[in-house]
Formats: sequence, C-alpha cells, structure tokens
Amino acid sequence: MKKNSVETPSTHTIHKDPGARKEKTIHIVLLLAATVSLLALFLITAFVVGEGWPVMVKHGPLNLILGTDWTPSRLSFGMLPQLTGTLLVTLGALLIAVPLGVGCAIFLAELSSEKVANLLRPCISLLAAVPSVVYGFLGVIALVPLLRSTFGGSGYSLLAGSIVLAIMILPSIINISEDTLRALPIDYREASLALGSTRWQTIWRVLLPAARPGIVVSIILAMGRAIGETMAVMMVTGNRAKVTGALLDPGATMAGTIGLEWSYAADEHSSALFALGTFLFIVIMLLNGVAQLVTSRGRVSQ
Amino acid sequence: MKRFLVLLVSVLALSLGIAGCGRRSGSLTVVGSTSVQPFMEMLAEKYQSENPDIQVNVQGGGSSAGVKSAIDGIADLGMASREIKDSELAEGITPIVIARDGIAVAVHPENAVSDLTIEEIRAIFAGEITSWEAIGGVGDIVVVMREEGSGTRGAFEEIVMNKVETTKDSIVQGSTGAVMSAIAGEPNAIGYISLANANATVKLLDVNGVETTNENILNGSYAIARPFSVCTKGDATGLAKDFIDFIMGEVGQQVLADEGLVVGK
Amino acid sequence: MKKRNLAQRTAFLLIGASAVITFALFALILGYVLIKGMANINWEFLTTYPALMGREGGIFPTIIGTLVLTGVALLIAVPLGVAAAIYLSEYTKGGIGIRIIRFAIESLAGIPSIIYGLFGFAFLVTFLKLGFSVLSGAIALALMVLPIIIRTTEEAIRTVPDDYRQASLALGATRWQTTSRVVLPAALPGVVTAVMLASGRAVGETAAVWLTAGGALKLPFSLHDPTRPMTLHLYYLAAEGLSLERAYATAAVLLVLVLVVYSLAIFFRQKFGMKRR
Repeated sequence: MKKNSVETPSTHTIHKDPGARKEKTIHIVLLLAATVSLLALFLITAFVVGEGWPVMVKHGPLNLILGTDWTPSRLSFGMLPQLTGTLLVTLGALLIAVPLGVGCAIFLAELSSEKVANLLRPCISLLAAVPSVVYGFLGVIALVPLLRSTFGGSGYSLLAGSIVLAIMILPSIINISEDTLRALPIDYREASLALGSTRWQTIWRVLLPAARPGIVVSIILAMGRAIGETMAVMMVTGNRAKVTGALLDPGATMAGTIGLEWSYAADEHSSALFALGTFLFIVIMLLNGVAQLVTSRGRVSQ
Repeated sequence: MKRFLVLLVSVLALSLGIAGCGRRSGSLTVVGSTSVQPFMEMLAEKYQSENPDIQVNVQGGGSSAGVKSAIDGIADLGMASREIKDSELAEGITPIVIARDGIAVAVHPENAVSDLTIEEIRAIFAGEITSWEAIGGVGDIVVVMREEGSGTRGAFEEIVMNKVETTKDSIVQGSTGAVMSAIAGEPNAIGYISLANANATVKLLDVNGVETTNENILNGSYAIARPFSVCTKGDATGLAKDFIDFIMGEVGQQVLADEGLVVGK
Repeated sequence: MKKRNLAQRTAFLLIGASAVITFALFALILGYVLIKGMANINWEFLTTYPALMGREGGIFPTIIGTLVLTGVALLIAVPLGVAAAIYLSEYTKGGIGIRIIRFAIESLAGIPSIIYGLFGFAFLVTFLKLGFSVLSGAIALALMVLPIIIRTTEEAIRTVPDDYRQASLALGATRWQTTSRVVLPAALPGVVTAVMLASGRAVGETAAVWLTAGGALKLPFSLHDPTRPMTLHLYYLAAEGLSLERAYATAAVLLVLVLVVYSLAIFFRQKFGMKRR
C-alpha cells in the first residue's frame, strides 16, 4: 500500500499541485493512524502467544487444557481447574444477569413511560463506569461475609464471583437489548395488537424473537467481559486450583490466576501464565468473531 | 507498514535515550517483592533524608519481577523474599540478605487451639487432617494459602512441608494481608503469614511449644523464617552500593529491626 | 381472556421486579460506597502522602498517578483515534484492508484488560525496556481506549450531514480542508464524548496498569518513574486489609471522579443526539 506514496503517485496527477501533494501526505498519515489498531492487535498476539509458546511446546496444548493439576512449583501446569472455574463463574453470572437484564430492557423499552426511561437510562450508563476493583472491594467486605453466614463455608466461592460479575455485566446487557428492542419498527407492535394479542403476547411472541440477534450479541459481549475480568473475581473466588462443579466451592479462573501469580512467577511458571493468557485470548477472539458475525448478519443496532 | 514500524521504533528509541540520561542523576530504582516493599520504603525515606539529592523509587511487582528487572537493567536493585534461583544466579545476579522474616502460622482469635507440632501443621496443610476435632478444636479446617510462587509460600513449603505436597483444598490469597482478612473472617481458618506484617486480627500459634517471636528465630529455636534480600546485576557499584551499605549499616539495620524483622546472624 | 390477562400480569410483575431489583441494587452499591467513603474524605486525605503503605495518611500521589496515567494515555490515544476515525469515515469506502482494520478495532475493544497487562509487561516493560513506568502504563491504557475513541468519533462524524461536505467541496475546498474545517468542528461534541468515555475507562482500570506502571507510592516526576493510580491503591488497601476507612474513602473518590467524567460524556452525547452505546 505504501509503495504508492508521494514519490510514485499511481492515478492522480499530483506532481503539479503542492496542495494535492499535501492532501496525499495527510491521506497517508491518517491511514497510518488507522493501521495502529491492526499493529497493536498483531503485537499483542505476538507477545502474549510468544511468551506462552515455550510451555505450550514443552507440555502440548492438549495436555495443558486437559491437565487437572496446577502446581507450578513442580512444573505441572494443568489448566482444567482454571478453565472449568472460568466457565462456571461465567455461566453463573449469565444465569443471574440475563433474566434481570432482559427484564430491565423490556421494562425500559416497552413498559415504562418515556420520562422514567429517560431518567433511568443514564443511571445504567453510569453503572457501567464503576471500576471493577470497587466491585471487588465490595465483594470482599460485604458479599463474602454474607455468603459465609448464609451458606456456611468460607464465603470465598465461585458463586461470589458470579454475583459480582453479574452486577458488572448487567449494564451492557440492558443497554444493547434495550437499543435493539427500540429499533424494532412500530408496525410490529401495532400489527400484533391489532390482531388481538395482549401487550405481553406481543412482547413475547413478536418483539423478543425479532430482537434475538441483538440480545444474543449483548450476551456474547457480556460473556467476554465476564471471562476476562480479573480484579473483582480474584478478590472473591478464593482461587483454589481444583476442578469443581459446585458454585459454592472456592475456585480459580484463568484471568484471576494470571492476576494472582504474575508478580512472583519466574521462568516456566511465567510462561505458563502467558499460555493461560493465550487460551483466554483465543476464547475472547472467538467470542468477538461470533459477536461480529451476528452483528453483521442480524443488522443489530449497536 | 515498514515505514511506520521504523518510525515507531525510532520514537521509542529516542524516549529510551532520554530515559537513560535522566536516570543517572541521583536516582535509584528498586523493584521487587511486595513483602520487602514496605520495609524498603522506610529505608528509602531514611536514606533520602540523609541524602536529599538522591531519589529512590521503590516499587512492587514481586520477587521474580524484581530479579528480572535487575537482570534486564530496568531496576538498579531487585528485592526478593525468596531464595534466588540458580537460573537467576546464572544471569550474574548478586544477592545480599538484608534481614530475615519469620513465617507465622495463624488462626482465628477465637480458635481454642494455640499450639501445634510441626508434624500436625504439615498434616493440616497436606490435607490429611481436615477437622479441628482431631487436634483439640471444633469444626472443619479451612486452609488458607499464599499463591504459587510467593516467597512466603516457598519458604513455608521448604521448611514445614518437607517435600510433602500441599493440599489443593485451600483458599488462595495474594498477600499476607489478604490471608489475614480471610482468617479473621472465618473461625475455622488456618494460614501462614509474614511475621513482620502480622497484626492482632489473627492469633499466632506456637510451633512445637515455641512462641513465634524474633528472639526465638534469632536463637534458632523457631525455624520457620525466610530471607529478605536485595540483588544487583554483578557487584553493586555507585549509588546502588552506597544504598546497600546504608541498609547493612547501623541505621539501616535498626530501621528493619524496629519494623519487626530479624537482623543479625 | 382471563388466562391471558393473568399471564400478562405475572410477566409484567416479573419484569417490573427485575427493574426494581436492578435499580435498587445499584442505588445500594453507589449509596453505600459514597456514604461510607464521604465520611472519611477531607482535604487532608486528598492532599497528603500516605504513610505505612497507606495504613495512615492520605492518597495524594495516587490521585496524581491516576491523572498522569490517564492524561498521557489520552495524549497518545486521542490524536491516533481521531485520525483513524477520520480515515475510516471520510477517506475510504471500504475494501478488504478496511474490513481487516475494523476487525482489529472491534477485537481490541473486546480484549480483557489483563491481556493488555500481560502484553504491556512482556512488550513495553521488558522487551522495550521501558520498565514499570508511567509511559508503559499509559501506552497500555492508550491501546485499550483506542477503540472507544475511534468508534465514538466515527459515530459523531457520521451524524454530520453530507450536504456540509458537498457544499464545502463545491466551493473548491480540498478534502482535508473540508474534513478539518467543516466536518470535525461539526462533530466536535462527539469527539469530546469520546475523550470523556476514554478517560472514564482509563481512570477505572486496574489490571492493565498493575502489570505495567509498577505501583510505587510516590509522585511520578517523569514518564519513566513508576506510579500507582487510585484503583491499584484501593486494591492494595482492600486486599492487604491495610485500612478499611481509607479503602472506602479511596473508592468514593474514584467513584466520584468516574461518575463526573461519565456524566459529562452522557451530557455531551445527549446534547449531540448521538446513539447510546
């Protein structure tokens, strides 16, 4: 692309006009700025994967993924505990946040008066701004003791992580779902109501199915956020590196383990954390890809 | 693309050049163990009050980050709260032990147990004893540990566990403070913490009948302790040497002793 | 008919309940932190140095740390982001290259902050030998907020009517003159929104700066000094159990700052009639 720069213009008659020459330079500067994102993505991929590579090669990616024993001091890097922990925490968070979030979105888009919606909507945007470490802090001082007194045990648990994450991802689910519902043509509602449906039937049978791509995208993006969250999760889940199926058990997540161990990790341990980061990165990129696909297919307004 | 990369690299190189010049003029960067960090901050404060023209930047990051920074020349001094690994020594790292820190076994203040043998502690952290009832308390034991790689954990495993694997059934926290919070909130918890950072929210157990105190570490009757060290690439020179001499001198060692660390041989 | 009404009533009750739960939860969280924190905030807390790692004293250097990291990150990201947005919306019609660039931007937006942290640690701190420093932290943050700036700016540029451009071009202005003197001024509130959203994100970020900025509790005097922003200080205060009162107060200061910045963003966005994201 850069071959056709100022010296060798391809199509335009540039040489004669200094103004056009300046235009061309500006064009190139802007193009370079646009490619920074691509460069950044490339560098991030290269360095995260590159640092994790030695451990990947030595142990084999499959052994890492399926290994159940994470004991870096013995150079044993089974990542199944972190993978299942991440999965459970994320599913738990979605189970709590999706019904609440979609319910809220329906309320704002279809049920509440415009006045109320206009008042509440900025509140949701503001909540998206609360830093994750604040949620982690509240989780430690309020949620963990609450779970301890309710369910017994230590309170540090995957469930604590799920609840904190659910609160963190609620705003984006509400926002995107509501946007999608609002973007549906008014005809849908009128036609359905004219056929004698109740408002609820209209919402349930017409609007929600029509808004499905947008809601799906909101859930996928929320999933990405939940999977990658570090601080809040690390502070409340107890970080136990053991495969478990119970939400009330303490557990570790991929991002949480990186956050917890990076500062003391040396040599192969450090590389293993980057390998963990690589898997996290792959999962996120897949989710991104799916979200982008659904967005372009379903013409989601986002 | 290529042209842009060249541009980027040259801009970065330029800023690095500027950095290189700036750092020499009376400033020291000390990076490493978050366990050593608070003590280093105090040493730095004292040192700077005696040498107002010198700026000492102390930052955390962990023992490995500290040693790595010293190797890479990012830091003038690295701080470590664990033994220096052979791979690190091979890179030309020279460690100097500035003090030792006891590792205490802590429980909730209301726990009836106040004395355990080292074998009992080993069995608890190996997951063989899982109930306080077996050792004179009540309820199921909740084990709290530090994360893999931590200096406190490394020393504890080396001295107490004697090659026995620690249980996976534990809560893992990222700092002595976080371990203490977990213990203070959970009546059945047990964990190990840095003695110098211990506070009254937890109860420290006697081990083999010996109280966990600095005197007992110094006279050798309490064995669970780990070294705090600073390290340089090669032998320390210039400012770094001056600062190390200060730390190892009377004033520096007194600061460390006042803060609860074990100094002297 | 009755059955249908019952179904509707139940459903609306549940929807109403979910809205009430959500907003009550949020009111509780914000109210709790602000009330608990405000009790411990005073002028001294904001302007003095911490002592004993934050057990005592104030949080002055961490406020500066946050402002400096955010400021430098914006200095890097805003020109780059706005230029990229101009290119994508004014200078190109698409094509495979542009699709790839867009994919990269969308991907960057979804990458979690811990990955930016790992990248910053491996590339900026270690490989480029920038060390744990303001510069490392700010570059990591800049890359993180870049997609926010590009997307928001692009949205703003798209709301500028085409007539403006055509009128300007018809008067003989070049494309850059049209862009810089007509389109950009018209899209300015959108750019301001973008900057606000980006600063909000940068102010609230922890993991990425934790792995790159070092965390020294000192004032940074140059780009190569390490620094500790409020978020990281709050993490240490909370996780290490150093001081609960100071943790509440730090959280409250952080919240107020983030809320003010986001409120401004929302204000500008609504004023400009842009779509919400």
